[in-house]
Amino acid sequence: MIDFDDTDRAILRTLNKDGSLNAAAVAKRVGLSQPACWRRIRKLEDARVITGHAVQLNKEALGFGVTVFLGVKLATKGRVSLEAFERAVIAIPEVQVVQHVLGLYDYRLKVIARDIADFERVLRRRVMTLPGVGNVEANVLLSEETRPIRV
Amino acid sequence: MQNVDDIDRRLLRLMQHDPTASTADLATQAGLTKASCWRRIERLETNGIITGRTIQIDPKALGYEVEVSLRITLDKTQSNAFDVFIAEARKIPEVNEIQTFLGRVDVRLNVLARDMAHYQDIYRTRILALPHINDIESLMLIANLKNAESLPL
Repeated sequence: MIDFDDTDRAILRTLNKDGSLNAAAVAKRVGLSQPACWRRIRKLEDARVITGHAVQLNKEALGFGVTVFLGVKLATKGRVSLEAFERAVIAIPEVQVVQHVLGLYDYRLKVIARDIADFERVLRRRVMTLPGVGNVEANVLLSEETRPIRV
Repeated sequence: MQNVDDIDRRLLRLMQHDPTASTADLATQAGLTKASCWRRIERLETNGIITGRTIQIDPKALGYEVEVSLRITLDKTQSNAFDVFIAEARKIPEVNEIQTFLGRVDVRLNVLARDMAHYQDIYRTRILALPHINDIESLMLIANLKNAESLPL
């Protein structure tokens, strides 16, 4: 964890609200000169506080109408089966998120599909055939909201 | 789906791959003139295909070492259980994601905490105080192995 001051926090809060702002626009809002603001943003990127940028797309409008979260329990455990499962699941393009978790399930997956029939295809052909896969629970996403991380 | 052609899809793929690329770079890679590339991006934004841009922040770098996914079932005999629950959950600053589901789980909250003691405090004083909870299961994040929000266009 790097040292932040209040100006760094203000920059993060501003960018967190609107990632499309350039250094000049951020500078104006937090009361810095443009070069000073640009240097601070670079510092936050170099320190991996800001890990990346993303374009947000309307999934539904692009034909991806269904998002499903899967809880996956492995049937067999051991180092080899974990690695084989992880390698295979990461390679599935419809699987956007893979998290190794501790609790009722071993992995949390986020799967996107065009519709329920497409999801069934992904589940049967790609997920249920993964090496070592055991119990799978599916929950279809109805709504989601992300809230800014408290900085 | 309307108004998105193959060139738009190529542009969107390029933008997903490199979100900070300039219009000039995108134009070159997509084989467009800068002006027509700019017009297409403008149109994709106006049509609501591109909804915005974000930065990704690593919660660990901000001192949040603990991340827990709380899977909650609600007491649905209360007709407004979802609305009341979600309105209260929004007031907890450590909750950074709220999702609702069709399935065995009704709502999922993602909670960020500085350490286990902080998590325990949030859990006891804020989460358990939320209305209409029937049951809670928690999954603690060990590692993010893939986080590609990009669409297979």
